[in-house]
Amino acid sequence: MKKSLLLIFACLLALSVGLAGCSSEGGDSKKGKTMIYGRGGDSVALDPAVVTDGESFIVTEQIFENLVQYGKDNTEIEAGLAKKWDISDDGLKYTFYLEEDVKFHDGTDFNADAVVENFKRWSSSKDEAKYAYYPSMFGGFEGDEGHVIKEVKAVDKNTVEFTLTRPQAPFLKNIAMSPFAIGSPKAFKDGEKFAKQPVGTGPFKFKSWKPNDTIEVVANEDYWKKGLPKLGGVKFKVIKDNAARLNAVTKGEIDLMDGLNPSDLAKVKENNKLQVFERPSMNVGYFGFNTEKAPFDKKEVRQAISHLINKQEIIDNFYAGTAEPAKNPMPPSISGYNDSVQDYEYNVDKAKELLKAAGYEKGFKMDLWAMPVARPYMPDGQKVGEAIQASLKQVGIEAKIVTFEWGAYLEKVQAGEAPTFMLGWTGDNGDADNFLYTLLDKDTIGSNNYSRYKNEEVHKLLIEAQQLSNEDERNELYKKAQEIIHEDAPWVPLVHSKPQLVGASSVKGFVPHPTGSQSFVDVSID
Amino acid sequence: MFAYTIRRLTSLVPVLLGMIFIVFMMIRAIPGNPAQLILGQQATERAVAALTKELGLDQPWYTQFWSYFSGLFKGDLGVSLKTNTPISEEIWPYLAATIELSLAAMLIAVVIGINAGIISAWFQNSWFDYCAMVLALIGVSMPIFWLGLMEQYIVAIQWDLLPTTGRDNIRDAVDPITHLYLIDTLMHGRIDQFIEVIKHLILPGFALGTIPMAIIARMTRSSMLEVMRSDYIRTARAKGMKMFWVVYKHSLKNALIPVVTVIGLQIGLLLGGAILTETIFGWPGIGTYIYEAISSRDYPVIQSGILIVAFIFVLINLLVDLLYAAIDPRIKYK
Repeated sequence: MKKSLLLIFACLLALSVGLAGCSSEGGDSKKGKTMIYGRGGDSVALDPAVVTDGESFIVTEQIFENLVQYGKDNTEIEAGLAKKWDISDDGLKYTFYLEEDVKFHDGTDFNADAVVENFKRWSSSKDEAKYAYYPSMFGGFEGDEGHVIKEVKAVDKNTVEFTLTRPQAPFLKNIAMSPFAIGSPKAFKDGEKFAKQPVGTGPFKFKSWKPNDTIEVVANEDYWKKGLPKLGGVKFKVIKDNAARLNAVTKGEIDLMDGLNPSDLAKVKENNKLQVFERPSMNVGYFGFNTEKAPFDKKEVRQAISHLINKQEIIDNFYAGTAEPAKNPMPPSISGYNDSVQDYEYNVDKAKELLKAAGYEKGFKMDLWAMPVARPYMPDGQKVGEAIQASLKQVGIEAKIVTFEWGAYLEKVQAGEAPTFMLGWTGDNGDADNFLYTLLDKDTIGSNNYSRYKNEEVHKLLIEAQQLSNEDERNELYKKAQEIIHEDAPWVPLVHSKPQLVGASSVKGFVPHPTGSQSFVDVSID
Repeated sequence: MFAYTIRRLTSLVPVLLGMIFIVFMMIRAIPGNPAQLILGQQATERAVAALTKELGLDQPWYTQFWSYFSGLFKGDLGVSLKTNTPISEEIWPYLAATIELSLAAMLIAVVIGINAGIISAWFQNSWFDYCAMVLALIGVSMPIFWLGLMEQYIVAIQWDLLPTTGRDNIRDAVDPITHLYLIDTLMHGRIDQFIEVIKHLILPGFALGTIPMAIIARMTRSSMLEVMRSDYIRTARAKGMKMFWVVYKHSLKNALIPVVTVIGLQIGLLLGGAILTETIFGWPGIGTYIYEAISSRDYPVIQSGILIVAFIFVLINLLVDLLYAAIDPRIKYK
């Protein structure tokens, strides 16, 4: 019995090793090779209008296109399905001139009516649970008081006119966001199926989806930009563990991956079969104070702690240098960034002075909430938490590290239970409003203003900036707001991280976009 | 035997009912609102409130429990809050992936574990015995995470023998039919892909099978030692039977009962406990499915997922109990 079993095993092993050499490299269409993209999680759904997670947008960016789109590595606006556009002087009328002869993957025509139907689908749904992004970017749904879009009208077959109720400065940046991609009206009227079998105008067509495993898209042979895409298709493969994903790309089983552990960076750089891509930063990781809770209701205490944290040391130790120190709540790549703000320098004596002024000369005890999960802006929350803990000890502040499972953590921090906490934010549309107003305005206490920071002057500036369409005047207001926020120190902004991706050296033309999702339209594999 | 099986099956009903209730209450006791987690950090308060209502999570717990529970009797496992798909539709591919991996792991664990145990008992206190038992001790205490990554690094990358992750060669995958890839590849007539699938099973199978293998080896050894001291073994040897047959025929059969029990329990544990192996090897199994559901508080998926795993677990245990009679005719069920 034993011998025969051994024999069978030996045969199987020999067979499999023998065949290792001659496994076929098929599956590539005539046009180009299929690229395998490894990532840490699956998409939730493939209807861009209803999802909010980055893993979904990574795929929908291939299938859909917007009227206007972001630049390859920035959030400047470029032509998309609209080849040009006019804006009226009062900032209330946007006229888009559409590309002609564009077809959806199901063969129906893309035209002005299709655009109207898409916006109608979102604005008339009044379903905030389903279409979460629309009301948050455009101030509500049709009929709501704050709704920005008064009317979307097809002037002729290839001209669409948007009328706004009030000027919205980031309007073009908003409609370039992944959730506002244009889908085939015929397909989404079909209902449920659209989220699993999406139909757009993009360079790739949806092919198949094995949940938590693989999503496959294939080249759209009738794509309106001639000669594109260069790839025959893309397969999005879920490998949850970062180290295992790196093993797969090292072995050549996948061609490109996101989510490299910063600690593996050196190993990858040594390997000449691999290349590293750096995503420009559009995020901020921070250490926040609950400004309603003593002693953090005192500005001096917050400033003192700001003087105690050595950001460069944190970056060197936990980000392997793949981040830059943050001094404002938004990253420098976003227009309106105030570079003249002087960061609180690392200075223990100054911190002691400030604490003395606040009456906490001998320090105090506090809870420090550390993030339980890795996020692009915070690869290891626990360890960064320990580093902050050690810094605070220098002035006699005893910090106890507290943590919860991620879902519970967010909920409790949002409810104001945490006296101090670590969190971060990745921008949606590359606009200052999406950082400053969303994270630090008094209107957003209870949602994303976790610090419960309230400053009337900041509020006035941010609201005024929302209405302005002149970019320079707007930026001045944001710069002013950053100065006040810096002085009040509701957070210690820690870092703007630059997430790292790894690809086989044969991958050409890939440029990671700051928003976290990008089209693979002109990527190729040698 | 038939009556016994029926009796055992009916006794499962209260067990499963109790389990459904406990799981139901337990997952609601963890803080975290599913609506918030589904919509993400970016969501507005109003959106969260609207989704909470739509999902029926604003209802009192007994209303929620009743609607889930009555659904079960109609064969309705519920709808995933996250993907909005009926669970009965989406669970099978995960289950199939887990079954394939668990069987591979158990095959490795049983074949190696039992034989190592037998030889250790046969040559008690030999160098083989010592080595095998030290290895078994290392095996039970091995962190799967580390073992999996090491396997990938050494066997797959350094030696270039086997693939690192996944269930098949993704560059040339076959379309799933049954979602059991060993069967699917054969149905497509793709022998090359069939061998690919086997190659993909070896490393995760070893990672997942290491702990059961060590437990089985130790159990087999101690059980064999006991049997080999008994009178009928002495008799068999006295009549001049070859040692090989004494060990593999007479001793093994008598020593197998506790080993089979352990195997049954281990298979059950593998079903839900493969989460680490699945994470490292990019294996879309039921452990991942339930784990993800817990992170996003996808209540129906957690409930039904655990229910199905528990159901299989008790079925396997029943099967093991029935196997006793087949192995040892002295055991009879009345």
